[in-house]
Amino acid sequence: MSVTAIRAATLLAIWAAWEALAQSGLVYEGIVPSSLAVAVAVFRQLSQQEIYVDMLQTAYEVIVGFAVGSLAGVSAGLLLGACRFVDRAAAPYVQGLAATPKIVFLPILMLALGVGAGSKIGMGALSAFFPILIATAEGMQGVSPTLLRVARSFNASGLQIVRTVILPSLVEPILTGMRLGLGVAIVGVLLAEIKFARAGLGHLAIQHYNFLRTADMYAVLLITFALALAANALMGAAGRRLRRRRL
Amino acid sequence: MRRWAPALGGAGAVLALAALLQAVIALGWVSRFAVAPPSEVIAAFPSLIASEGLGAAFLSTFASTFAAAAIAAAAGIPVGYLLYRFRRLDRAWESWIAALFSAPMVLLYPAFLVVFGRSALVGISMGAVVASIPVILKTREGFLGVSPVLIKVARSFGADERTVFAKVLLPGARGAIFTGLRLALIYAMINVVGIEFLANLGGLGYLVGEMFDRYEIPSMYAATLCVILASALFYLLTGRLERWLSSR
Repeated sequence: MSVTAIRAATLLAIWAAWEALAQSGLVYEGIVPSSLAVAVAVFRQLSQQEIYVDMLQTAYEVIVGFAVGSLAGVSAGLLLGACRFVDRAAAPYVQGLAATPKIVFLPILMLALGVGAGSKIGMGALSAFFPILIATAEGMQGVSPTLLRVARSFNASGLQIVRTVILPSLVEPILTGMRLGLGVAIVGVLLAEIKFARAGLGHLAIQHYNFLRTADMYAVLLITFALALAANALMGAAGRRLRRRRL
Repeated sequence: MRRWAPALGGAGAVLALAALLQAVIALGWVSRFAVAPPSEVIAAFPSLIASEGLGAAFLSTFASTFAAAAIAAAAGIPVGYLLYRFRRLDRAWESWIAALFSAPMVLLYPAFLVVFGRSALVGISMGAVVASIPVILKTREGFLGVSPVLIKVARSFGADERTVFAKVLLPGARGAIFTGLRLALIYAMINVVGIEFLANLGGLGYLVGEMFDRYEIPSMYAATLCVILASALFYLLTGRLERWLSSR
């Protein structure tokens, strides 16, 4: 079997299993709606205005949160990368906080930034912060000592070293960190919307769940998934373009 | 002394930050309804332990995490081996599985909620699905990393498939598999706690949400600290365990 055939067979098997479960009557039909019902729901969602308002709201929160998180993450990463002592002192806290599920900070963010878009932006920023911080700090430590010595032996000034050696070797790790960061920022914002919001895709999905409109809930989740994958691909493409321009 | 300097510096900075918070809250510069004074957060711990079942919440979260990681290991290691064994399957699936890793899988939790109802199973199954991805990818990587020369040598000494697997493949892939299991535990915990919080289902995540709903702000901060502590400990211990297992 060729690779394409295996892929087609896999998709077909997943669809058949879903449809069999939906038609079997083993589970209450509201839980696993037929794929036709989900497809109709996707169409219905996309033909109504409501979802686009929610998309804009989520996009706004993700973009602002990601921008704030990136700026803070790169700055903190530069600090940790430049100063060995600070890096070693902060390491246990950074690693511990990075491994903590960020969603538990939502109550604190709601107290500090309000229950509206502020806390969602905060959630996006906090989520994006750690992977970008860690990638930047590791990138700083990965700057080639040989290049630094060469620059110094050519009498480069501090600013010249930063511009010609340090920044160029940071582009790659920061781009990697930002790509990871965007992914978790999207998740953070959507989860915050699911927990408590009046707008956004996460809010829309959980509204459908609360009213047991499961086909619509699956439809919103599918659309959200597609958008998240598209954002991830866009970020990857932007990174590749930036790399090509520099080479 | 030099060795401990960074640790002391870090602890000192945290204490200084706590003192600063205490001061600005006492001065009224920061509302005590947004940030609880550190002294009150510490004072909230006894009642959190005695009447809110903090210990049981820790146990419940850890139990769900281990259950999720165990399911992920049981499902992920065989799949990883299959990908190694059947190269065409690998070419068809590997990039899809890797894409799932960067996809926001946790968003599917309302679907799990619909299927499993409001029970700990939601967190366990969600955690297991997310955690199985690094297990699959790392297991596959581990088997692929075993030197083909070693396999050929074993075969030319007359080893059958089973012996090759037990004596060459498995020992060679062990390190990568342990890394996968460690990632599984960490991802399982993040998802378990996240779903406890989002869906108000038992455990540490639930405690944070519950304290917030009751507007007991110092207790909410204390519970959040417990989640951080549990995550940090988990990260550290699984790292130790991984190094210890790999060195044996």
